[in-house]
Amino acid sequence: MDMITRGAIIPDAGNSVENKTGSWRVFKPIIHYEKCIRCFICWQYCPEPAIYKKDGSEYPAKNDAIKKRITEVPVIDYDYCKGCGICYEECPVNAIEFVKEEK
Amino acid sequence: MSYENEEFFAPGHGMCAGCAAPIIVRWVLKMAGPNTIVVNATGCLEVATTAYPRTSWKVPWIHVAFENAAAVASGIEAAARAKGEKLNIIAFGGDGGTVDIGFQALSGMIERGHNVLYVLYDNEAYMNTGIQRSGATPYGAWTTTSQVGDANPIGKLRPKKPIARIVAAHNPTYVATANPAFFQDFKRKIEKALSYEGPRFLHILSSCTTGWRHDPSKTIKILKLATETGLFPLYEIIDGDIEHMKITYRPKEFKPVEEYLKMQGRFRHLLKHPEYVQKLQEDVNKWWEKYGKQ
Repeated sequence: MDMITRGAIIPDAGNSVENKTGSWRVFKPIIHYEKCIRCFICWQYCPEPAIYKKDGSEYPAKNDAIKKRITEVPVIDYDYCKGCGICYEECPVNAIEFVKEEK
Repeated sequence: MSYENEEFFAPGHGMCAGCAAPIIVRWVLKMAGPNTIVVNATGCLEVATTAYPRTSWKVPWIHVAFENAAAVASGIEAAARAKGEKLNIIAFGGDGGTVDIGFQALSGMIERGHNVLYVLYDNEAYMNTGIQRSGATPYGAWTTTSQVGDANPIGKLRPKKPIARIVAAHNPTYVATANPAFFQDFKRKIEKALSYEGPRFLHILSSCTTGWRHDPSKTIKILKLATETGLFPLYEIIDGDIEHMKITYRPKEFKPVEEYLKMQGRFRHLLKHPEYVQKLQEDVNKWWEKYGKQ
């Protein structure tokens, strides 16, 4: 953008997605879907949000019953995850691992 | 219609990792849906989510100054009313912009009866400008303007301003305190606040990793302890009826305040002085003796 818009209005709502804040990350959360009970507490508490709901048919699960009951899974978008670790800390079944980022 | 699975707040903002404020904003917007205008007081949330030329807000949003979020919201509401438009008008302010600098505008907004939901995300100091104490900073907290040393081993000497009860004294239709760590209560209160007409006020506790000095991953754990120790009680007040304030969560067994204090660097000095911890504990006990039956 060359010139400041009149009134400094930002017409493109939600364009902060152009900032890839995932570069801030020091530790990285990894969801282990075979342990995940699809409770979405990680999604609920992600402050970015960098966790979204996605169709879970291609993801492993502890058993078929879980897959049948809840068709979606939480997926981490590493473009934006700052690695705060709230998801890792709040996961009730310890399905999220928190490892040092390798860059 | 529910917008729970939609996001009206985009990632890529500059809020610190582990900050609770965007969690609060996400859920207020999810409950409100797209037919919403947001007014934002100066503060971390405003600065870090709208670094020009980018914004995280997917609903119309305006910032004017530190002191007048409630006045700007009042004007938008009056305009919407004149045009016959039904909108959610939501003001977000931090504790500095609400309990101190913006209080006059907030008081006026409620007195005039504007149909606005004002959300205070309270991180208990001026975090955006570098951790200066505010009226919402609790007793015993270190900040850069309540320094700890030989002359003052306590930190902030005065207790937290009871803003929700002060606002309730203006007789708004709905006032509640909420905590994201008590998620169902938090969500229900946002929904309830949105369902009322007239001025409404939500006081939501929001931890600050930088100013409270804690590990970012512990955000929800610490917020949970704030209520489990009785330091941040959860209640609601309808139509300003303070005598019938309703406590919505009563810990079965209160945890000692130390459990909350020891997780945060801003209270580290206090733990070396059991008498000051005891003073804070007594303040909590007194509050619950006085109001706990409601």
